[in-house]
Amino acid sequence: MAKTLREYYGEALVRYGKENEKIIVLDADVSGSTRSALFRDAFPDRHLNVGIAEANMTGMAAGLASVGMIPFVNTFAAFITSCGLLAARTYGSYSKLPIRLVGAYSGMSDAFDGPSHHALDDIAIMRAQPNFEVIVPCDAASTDWAVRHCLESKNPIYLRMSRDVFPNIYPAEESFEIGKGKIVRDGTDVTVFACGLMVGHALTAAETLEKEGISVRVADLFSIKPIDRELILRCAKETNALVTAEEHSVIGGLFGAVSEVLAQEGFPVPVEAVGIRDMHGECGPYRELQAKYGFDADAVAAKVRRVLEKKETFGS
Amino acid sequence: MLHQTEIDRLNSLCRRFRKDLIEVLHERQTGHPGGSLSVCEILTVLLLAEMRVDPADPDRIDRDRLILSKGHAAPMLYRVLAERGFFPVEELHTLRTLNTRMQGHPCLLDTPGVDMTSGPLGLGLSVGLGAAIGLQKQGLPARVYVVLGDGELNEGTVWEAAMAAAKFRPENLTAIVDYNGVQLDGPTASVMPEGDLKAKFEAFGWQVLTCDGHDVSALYDALQAAKAAVAKPVVILAKTVKGKGVSFMEGQSAWHGKAIDDAHYEIAMRELGGAD
Repeated sequence: MAKTLREYYGEALVRYGKENEKIIVLDADVSGSTRSALFRDAFPDRHLNVGIAEANMTGMAAGLASVGMIPFVNTFAAFITSCGLLAARTYGSYSKLPIRLVGAYSGMSDAFDGPSHHALDDIAIMRAQPNFEVIVPCDAASTDWAVRHCLESKNPIYLRMSRDVFPNIYPAEESFEIGKGKIVRDGTDVTVFACGLMVGHALTAAETLEKEGISVRVADLFSIKPIDRELILRCAKETNALVTAEEHSVIGGLFGAVSEVLAQEGFPVPVEAVGIRDMHGECGPYRELQAKYGFDADAVAAKVRRVLEKKETFGS
Repeated sequence: MLHQTEIDRLNSLCRRFRKDLIEVLHERQTGHPGGSLSVCEILTVLLLAEMRVDPADPDRIDRDRLILSKGHAAPMLYRVLAERGFFPVEELHTLRTLNTRMQGHPCLLDTPGVDMTSGPLGLGLSVGLGAAIGLQKQGLPARVYVVLGDGELNEGTVWEAAMAAAKFRPENLTAIVDYNGVQLDGPTASVMPEGDLKAKFEAFGWQVLTCDGHDVSALYDALQAAKAAVAKPVVILAKTVKGKGVSFMEGQSAWHGKAIDDAHYEIAMRELGGAD
């Protein structure tokens, strides 16, 4: 049985905390939610609960990083990328201090708490910060790698976590590389670039579409920044139709990142975007929110069909 | 206690620093004179009498750290760092120009001896607290000094950090408030009344020391007392005068960040003892 992404994250912190004493974990009174509590229970001396004070927490992380510690900063994605942003841009982005911001409960995964707790702009916000790496894992293996990468990278990092259970995509021993996407299913008619929750949904959509005679390639762009330019261009050239799929606004996130590459390279290809339109959602059951706001497998399949229609007439 | 010859040396340096500051800010026609003049003795005592730093090895891990949270006083920080030997004094003349290492506000990547970036107000105490905890966890015998402006205390983050410092209580952290009573738009009492700062810090769990922020000997003694105190985090409220040393700037918010014209430059230099 797959666990929640946050559970895999908390377990990874504990796993690597044993061998690396520089790891220090901060939380803003939500350690039970972010699962940083797992690290607190294992290493109480290296867990700092700063109370409900996200701005101070992010500033403290900068100080810790400046003297050689490896700080993981934990709270909800909506709050770390807003209250924590001034410190993130001043010390992480501008000063290149290697802070690790971990946004729990991203997208609409904190479903019942509603739009005040949803994070549909966090990728856009953090992608705009120079020097930040932005990583969106989709399962146990990629989450484990992301935490390991946080111990090695010299850059500040935004790591996007979720409250929910995602299907495991990769075998446990899978290897990953920052800036390199992964083709998780090959296909010839269209490529779906997905991240996080949407990788699983894209695979489900691909199976459905296969029965309709449509061959769908699915690529996981877990490294939103740096983005895999080479893979994006290769897929654009080989399938001549693209769909992006993200649990995020269609403004400034994965759709933005992919479109920027295509525009900069002057490569004309139709692109459809799965994601939340320019709006806020509401509270409700997570699956029902995904259906209503258009970021489930059906939404991916619909966009694939639409982009294929465009592909037929494109350039003519 | 500082020996009289050391007091004389530091005072003499402060006179020179003030002149050099006015010289450079007049030349560049940009930068913040008021808060740079008020923090002069605080930075001088810290960097030239108190802190263990090594200009030959500016990044050594066990050095004491200085975080100038009121980053707009960067020109005075640069002047004192130059005196300590981190870079040539002449480099100060590149302040706020293209390709300079002397950014408008301090950046740790650009300037040797600058331990932390600042500029946006209200975050330095948080960063200093984190650095102090990190040094302590690694068993490094280094102290962290955070210099705050009193206008900066408007920012809520300072009080988040004040609460957290009382909780985590690293013994190697000292905060100093450049308590000059004036911020950009006017006196702090009218822009945002801060009430009894001593009582406020005490209520947040801190030990509060007060001293004349232009008296190098009193500042030095307060820093020693802060080091000796271990039960609570210590803040030194250093009473200062904004624009100290230049009569028409003293206590005047208008000189927070105004360019110095030729006429005012002449008066200021005359008051500070003229060019050498």
